[in-house]
Amino acid sequence: MPGLVIVREILIDAPIDVVWRTVTEPDQVSQWFADRVDLVIEPGAHGYMRFGDQGGPVVVETVDPPTRFSFRWNHPRDEEPVVGNSMLVEFTLTPEGDERTQLRVTESGHELRAWPEAEKQRYADEHREGWGDFLDQLVTLLAKRQQG
Amino acid sequence: MTVQADDELWSAIGDPSRRQVLDLIVSNGAVSASWLAGRVPFSRQAVAKHLAVLEEAGLVSRRKQGREVLYQVAADRLDQATRAMAELAAQWDRRLATIKRLAEAAHTESRESKEEAPS
Repeated sequence: MPGLVIVREILIDAPIDVVWRTVTEPDQVSQWFADRVDLVIEPGAHGYMRFGDQGGPVVVETVDPPTRFSFRWNHPRDEEPVVGNSMLVEFTLTPEGDERTQLRVTESGHELRAWPEAEKQRYADEHREGWGDFLDQLVTLLAKRQQG
Repeated sequence: MTVQADDELWSAIGDPSRRQVLDLIVSNGAVSASWLAGRVPFSRQAVAKHLAVLEEAGLVSRRKQGREVLYQVAADRLDQATRAMAELAAQWDRRLATIKRLAEAAHTESRESKEEAPS
């Protein structure tokens, strides 16, 4: 998919429902994410995540057990998070047999999800490499500059 | 928040058309707006707008060469963008690794308690 900022995946030796609970239950979330999580896992629910002495509001977007969970964050405190002012974090769980689950997380933001589908597709066609290639180019460029 | 994203920077590189312009500058060094306009599927005015945003975010700089204005990447700022992206990715890798550890421990525990239970 074009335009996504971050896509990371991991394979977990546990059934999908166990992984789902780990990803979504607040007492679990506080072990891998924020120090404190005040959040109800329901679409549209407003919550708060605390990191040390910092924190910020989060709003749940999609809850589709046991495969999809997403929320928005990093939006201005006095605004509702929408496309354009927030980052969207999406978890996708895919079973790989009975005892194994693939977990994928994407974090995308700002204008990234606001494009019309046609434009996304055109960009994908013209620019299949996406971020990976862009970053490779940057790294190559920076290496060249450092040598020169 | 833990994600120290630079809003201006993300916005600047978040737009796909703009990134296409930036990619062309990264790959080709110092280029003019009209050279860029010949290589993208959008208007010259759009190219000028994207260049203005990229310049505002400090990702490209311009210099005059004769009668032409040439745009080139600002390596420091791009380096900063690359690092910010890599840091964000590493942060998610750490979180996913913790999720894996927690889920696998929970799974092992429930399997063991099932095995211990009398049938």
